[in-house]
Parts: sequence; structure tokens; C-alpha cells
Amino acid sequence: MNIVVLVKQVPDSGSERKMDPADNTVARAAADNVVNEIDEYAIEEALVVKEAQGGEVTVLTVGPDSATDAIRKALSMGADKAVHVSDEAIKGSDAVQISAVLAAALGQLEYDLIICGAEATDSQMSVMPALLAERLGLPQLSGARKLTVDGGVAKIERQTDGGYWAVEAPLPAIVSTWDTINEPRYPSFKGIMAAKKKPVETKTLADLGVDASVVGLANATTQVLDFAGRPPKGEGVKVTDEGDGAQKFVDFLAGQKIV
Amino acid sequence: MAEVLVLAELNPAGGGVRKTTLEALTAARALGEPSAVVIAAPGTAAGVKDALAEYGAATVYVAEAPEVDEFLVAPKAEVLAQLVGEKSPAAVVIPSSPEGKEVAARLAVKVGSGFLTDVTEIAADGTATQVAFAGQVIVHSKVTAGTPIYTLRGNSVTPEPAPAAGAEQAVTVSVSDAAKGAKVTDRVIEQKSSRPELTEASIVVSGGRGVASAENFSIIEGLADSLGAAVGASRAAVDSGFYPHSFQVGQTGKTVSPQLYVAVGISGAIQHRAGMQTSKTIVAINKDPEAPIFELADFGVIGDLNTVVPTATELITARK
Repeated sequence: MNIVVLVKQVPDSGSERKMDPADNTVARAAADNVVNEIDEYAIEEALVVKEAQGGEVTVLTVGPDSATDAIRKALSMGADKAVHVSDEAIKGSDAVQISAVLAAALGQLEYDLIICGAEATDSQMSVMPALLAERLGLPQLSGARKLTVDGGVAKIERQTDGGYWAVEAPLPAIVSTWDTINEPRYPSFKGIMAAKKKPVETKTLADLGVDASVVGLANATTQVLDFAGRPPKGEGVKVTDEGDGAQKFVDFLAGQKIV
Repeated sequence: MAEVLVLAELNPAGGGVRKTTLEALTAARALGEPSAVVIAAPGTAAGVKDALAEYGAATVYVAEAPEVDEFLVAPKAEVLAQLVGEKSPAAVVIPSSPEGKEVAARLAVKVGSGFLTDVTEIAADGTATQVAFAGQVIVHSKVTAGTPIYTLRGNSVTPEPAPAAGAEQAVTVSVSDAAKGAKVTDRVIEQKSSRPELTEASIVVSGGRGVASAENFSIIEGLADSLGAAVGASRAAVDSGFYPHSFQVGQTGKTVSPQLYVAVGISGAIQHRAGMQTSKTIVAINKDPEAPIFELADFGVIGDLNTVVPTATELITARK
């Protein structure tokens, strides 16, 4: 069972995140960059499947040189090797373009399963498994809170409002996971040391056979025209409950014509 | 006038059109004349056609076949791509549910377009508004390749009736083998609720760690029911096992944008703010006067939720 896990490095959602006014893209260089949180659940799920069924887990990321930190984290959790697609021309690419790069990189790997997180905290689009399924002609098993792989068939519980859909597909397939699927392990000291010796292959667009004209800000299929900070909220009213807090709350709702 | 395709999102089991569809029809009118597209199991369109017409659908394309319902996402994208090819619409507008965003993504690859997700507004020139980074940044963006595809975030647009013909037009459906990869074998509802759906509700009452136990969430539910609201929970409350994950509001849960959001016993960590910051009016009830949630609140009560909330529930019920 060979598994490729897709990992994205993102600006920490717990810190202030900025856009770069020079080109209206996410300001990544100055940000506090971390592994996209939900990707850790994808890595964990890949390791669980591998531990049960054997095989290898390969980490795949597209990102600047700094994304090696995200790769090291995945390797220290227990992934076996990594492919890092890094090319200056990719900067500013949108989701459609990145999916073309990932599809080309996946085309050079052998896998039974591709697993990724269901959403990145920077773009919050939740579309990469659908884009890749479309490009690679693979079944799309997205939004999983549970995964079982048995006899060449993957089955998921796709998380929905108030329940789930049972969805299944023959392998190879692409799965995306929510943070309800497992509890990611912490890298052990041994794992961190071992990660330093694991192979990381760096690939450029030329290595993937992707023409630079399909990527980058200038060739994007969408364009950010402008951005602005959300106007600050006016100072709200704050009352301390002295037995009348509930009444004041209801009076406020009445004033807003809500009750 | 240019035609704009709007994918209809329907409630399960003959439950009619979702409000998000009426919002999408309303938003689509900025770009041209909306046509609704119903892609569903046979016998579905008859029950939803009138609602689609009332909200502006000049044409209702009916693509009914068992397969479109039996396989995940891909068949819907195929039918839409076929219609985009035949009708050359000015744009495609899709409600921004998880499925809607995935349909948009696959459609974009099929027809060679760009797409924008979770837009909150679409202007006549095609410029869309999006909120980024947990609601802290407002972005204006445009699709620059192919037929523009938008997914519209729920509760961003007020649905307005605009009666139109709703002329039914059957679409021949032939789902390819490639689109039959992921088979939906069951649809399970675990929490049946009479409350409105979280992302559609005009009022949301959420509880956090301060609620202190699963049992005590009944006071959150009580206030929600007095207001006709949906119930939400912070990640801290969900992680503590007080309330199910499907009600989580925040960065790794649902994003809501109701008319009124009431945060009870929620400190207001960035994780939570990400999911509710764009709510029109925010009320916070918390015993800690320093809780960051108060920075967002239009109205805040510093006090014990165990006394304030039940009393408020009684007062609201008494007003009815």
C-alpha cells in the first residue's frame, strides 16, 4: 500500500496573517509558517494505513524552500520520503494552477492512495481533492471522518451536517480528511533524528515537464484586484451583570428588533 | 440578456429548495438572467420548479437520472460542463456548500475556467467580494480565464423574489464511467434536529468551554429555541465532549454569518473568531471581562452564564 500525502505549509492561523500589497498575494515570506493543521491528520491517517498494510508513505508538497520545515515535520511523524516541488515561477499560482503542478508530480509517483487534509487554513477552499480527482481521473473520497481500506476498496464516512455519507471507491483513489478522523501523533525524539536522514527529492517545473506558462501570478485563472483590512468594529456596549444583565441583553435585542 | 447558470441545491428527501439556492439566484441577477439547473434523482424537479421560478429562473434545466445521485460530485460537474458547452452562459453561480465548491472545482478544470469560492457579493462587472484570513481581510477578485464560476457563501445575500417563467427544459444525462468512481452507498442522519441549519440560520447561539458540561448545553439550546436559532459550539466545547463536532463554529468547523450571533462562555480565540467574525450583530456573555470575544461584541454581558442565559430565555419567551 503506497500512499502519497499532500502537505501544505501555511501562515500560522493563530498569528496575524497579511497580504502583500506589491502583488496582492498571501505574504508568506515574513509569516510564521507551519504545517497546515488538518494535514497532520492526513499524515496520521496515512501512517495508520501503512502500519496495518505495509508499504511506503511519500510526502508531496509544492512551496518555497522554507516548506522543507513542513516536510521535516511529516518525516519526523513517520513518513518515509518526500518530494518537494519548488520553482520560483510557481509563486502566485491559484488552486487550478497548483492542481496542475501536483497532478504532474503525482504522475511521477506510484501510489494506491493519495491522502490530503480537507482544507487549508489560508485559502479555506476545500477543493484540491476535487481538482486532482478531475485531472487524474481518480475517484474522489473527500471530507472523511473515517477511512477503511480493504481488498482494493477504500470506504469513507464523508462528514455532513448532522451525520455522514458512506462513500466507497476502488483504488487508486484520493481521500481528504477532517480533524475528526484521528488524533495525530507527536514526533518522537527518535523520529526527529531519523527524519534528518530520510530522502527529500527537490523537483522543478522542468523536472515535472510542466511549462512555466501554466503557473504563476501572470497566468492565473483568477486575480485579486485589491484588498483591505476589515473596517474595525465600533466600540460595543458592555454591561456588568448585577441581576439586570439578562434584562439589558433582551432590551438590546428588542432595540435591534430581533425580539 | 446574458444567461447565468445557477446550480440548485436541494434539501434531502424531497425537502424542497435550500435557501442558499434562492440566494444564488438573487446574486446571479447582477450578471444576467438566471437559469436554474436541477441535477437530481428522477422526480425531483417537479417539486422545486415553482420556487426556482419565483426567485428569477427564466429556465429550469432538468437533468434527472439515478446516477447523478448515486455518485459523489463528479456527475454534477459533468452535467454542468455539458450545459456550459451548449449554452455559453455569462457565468455559473453555485451555493457554497462542501459539495458546491467541489462541483465548481471540477467544472473549472473541465471547461478551462477559473473559479472563486465563498464569495459574499457579485458585482455587475463580475468582480466578487471574498473575506479572507478569518474575516480580517476583505478581498475583491475576478475570474480571468474562461466562463467565470462562483460559489456563493450562505447568508451573504438576502433572497428576493423576482417571478420569472421557469420554463422547464429537459437535459439528456449520460454519466461517464470516469464520473462513477466514488459511489454513495448510504446517507446517515445522526442528529435529527428541528432547529435551523447552522450555516443558514439567521440567529446562532453558541456555547464554549464556559458552559462546563454536556448537560449544561441545555441552557444554550433553551436560549436558541426561544430565538428560533441554530446551536453552535466552540472547538474547546467540542474537544471537551460537550457538543458534537458537526456543530463546531470556527477555523476547523463551520463558518457562519448570521444576523445575530450570541457567544456564551466563549473566550474568543482566533480559532473561533474565524468562523463567526462576519456576523452582523454579535453578543457575548462571559464572566471574564478581559475575554477577547468582547472586542468583537456589539453588546456584552459580563456575568455568570448560568444565571444570565436562563433568565434571558424566560424574558424572551414571555415577550411572545
